Amino acid sequence: MKPQLAFRLLFALLAVFALAAAGCGNDDDAPEAEPAAPFRVAVVAPSASNDLAFTQSMFDAVNVLVEDGQIDEFAITDGTFIVEDAGAAIRGYASEGYDLVIAHGSQYGGPLQEIAPDFPNTSFAWGTAVETFGLPNVYSYSVRSDLGGYVNGVVAAQLTDSGVIGVIGPLEVGDAKLYVDGFATGARTQNPDVDVNIVYTGSFSDVALAAEAAESHISAGADVLTGSAQMVVGATGVAQDNDVLWFGTQANQTALGEDIVVASQVYRWEVVLAQVVDQVKAGTLGGETFIMTFEGGGLDIQFNDAMSIPAAVLDSAQATIDGLSDGSISTGQ
Amino acid sequence: MSDLFTVAIITATLASGIRLAVPFLLASLGEAVGQRAGVLNLGVEGVMLIGAYAAYYTSLESGSAAFGLLMGLVVGFAMGLVYAFITVVMHAEQGISGIGIYLFGLGFTDLLFQKQVGTPKKANKLEVKPPDWLVENTGRAGELLFSHTVLIYVAFLLVPIVYWLMTKTTFGLNVRAVGENPQAADTLGVSVNGVRTAAILFGNTMAGLAGAALALEIGFFQQNLTAGRGFIAIALVYFGAWRPVGVMSGALLFGIVSSTVVTLQVHGVISGSVSSIAHMAPAVLTVIVLVVVSRRIGQPAALTKPFTRDG
Repeated sequence: MKPQLAFRLLFALLAVFALAAAGCGNDDDAPEAEPAAPFRVAVVAPSASNDLAFTQSMFDAVNVLVEDGQIDEFAITDGTFIVEDAGAAIRGYASEGYDLVIAHGSQYGGPLQEIAPDFPNTSFAWGTAVETFGLPNVYSYSVRSDLGGYVNGVVAAQLTDSGVIGVIGPLEVGDAKLYVDGFATGARTQNPDVDVNIVYTGSFSDVALAAEAAESHISAGADVLTGSAQMVVGATGVAQDNDVLWFGTQANQTALGEDIVVASQVYRWEVVLAQVVDQVKAGTLGGETFIMTFEGGGLDIQFNDAMSIPAAVLDSAQATIDGLSDGSISTGQ
Repeated sequence: MSDLFTVAIITATLASGIRLAVPFLLASLGEAVGQRAGVLNLGVEGVMLIGAYAAYYTSLESGSAAFGLLMGLVVGFAMGLVYAFITVVMHAEQGISGIGIYLFGLGFTDLLFQKQVGTPKKANKLEVKPPDWLVENTGRAGELLFSHTVLIYVAFLLVPIVYWLMTKTTFGLNVRAVGENPQAADTLGVSVNGVRTAAILFGNTMAGLAGAALALEIGFFQQNLTAGRGFIAIALVYFGAWRPVGVMSGALLFGIVSSTVVTLQVHGVISGSVSSIAHMAPAVLTVIVLVVVSRRIGQPAALTKPFTRDG
């Protein structure tokens, strides 16, 4: 036998043996499927993640999905009230390969519009906004904060003794404006004689000016106050000092004054986020706008259990929520 | 509209304006002294933030707003030492150094707040006020003048004190000399670096006090609590032509215009998008006055120029 022929026979025998071994193997011997890559989400937000307002509402929502196992890794850069800093953070997370980058601030639209096209395989979510810039990898989300504002207004109009209610907003934009307008409509619908005085401070962060606005409202006779954005902590302090009732929005603000906070409209962004995460996992990276309402649980009115609120008032709040949900009541927005 | 011009509303608006003016006044007075000595500090905002946080956190933890006030002063003084080392000893460029101090204050206080406090909590406010009988027996004037906390009176009392310090004392003369012609002052035996260091320490201590006043007036701290007040305070130094009374006028104008805008909104005189424009009014007024003042009165000749004996 020539050496070359012997080598071919040996190779053939080995091949047959290898095929036989493979054929005799069971499933346990099959190579394991690669584990799914962790789903990573990053949030960029303008204020502190524990501000009891806008940023905390998103921070809490992402953590709900982390606990549910829908999100494996979560990172946040908060306090980026400087838009350029936020843009750098958004780009940084996209560069690091995060699956979903949430630009949680309507002011972040400009940088997002520039950054998103550079990362076509990354999904971005932007809110509160209803614009996706026609980009296939951008979702937008918003909230009908006028709905909860309307309910708060209905309750406030029943609890005021002076008939004067003060409202403190930051800028006349986004969910803050919706909330303020909804609140005023709800209060005036409940009691046409009630005066709803509205102040926009021109800033999301000027705590001192918000406090002075609260003082001014109280000087004008207000015995119920409400406000939107993270600067309201100053106003709640003034409300506490003067035993004036407070209605919160964005997050549950009872911790800011257990003896004055009547109710808070709470954003449940997890309802929207769960849909976004599902779609991103399925390969759809954007192109859709989500808007939260009472239906589906995106909005919630949480009353302060420590306060004794008349049952009739609570009933009227629930009836208003039901009416807004089934369309029999409109906020006019 | 006629309801707007009642004594009660005008009194409340002026009182609110006075409260809003105080952080500007304290920071501007300190910065005016620093600039008269030739040192520009763009880090006032950062020092105010650090002073505000120190005062807030101390009051929150100890329960004593007075102790908080003291801590605001102490950290302001400490930041003065840092800034004096950077600009006087190391001769660093003042504009860039000040921006660095601001960014440090902004980030550092946010970090401390997140780590040490987290969710906003109310601290004790500085509640020392004139006796109630003084307000009760003086009508609306009493409400306007005697309803404030002690810090507000301290701030306005500092105006004649700083005026006296700058115009009637050797220290004030030396400050002005090193701000106008440090080489000449040095030739006459004045310690330029010593005087500038003292002016920086005074300015930063006042900035710390301004931040403490802001935090202890509302009882809360939040990221970027000062909301640009430190930068406005620097503008008000130019507005006031580096003079204490001028600085006080600017601070009061800024505070009262701000409170007037709020009052006009509360009473429905302005609303909607007009209110957003109206909130620019104090800044627009300041710019207009700055343009007028800068044409008439020159800044200290040696402002922003580091001093070295070899020129």
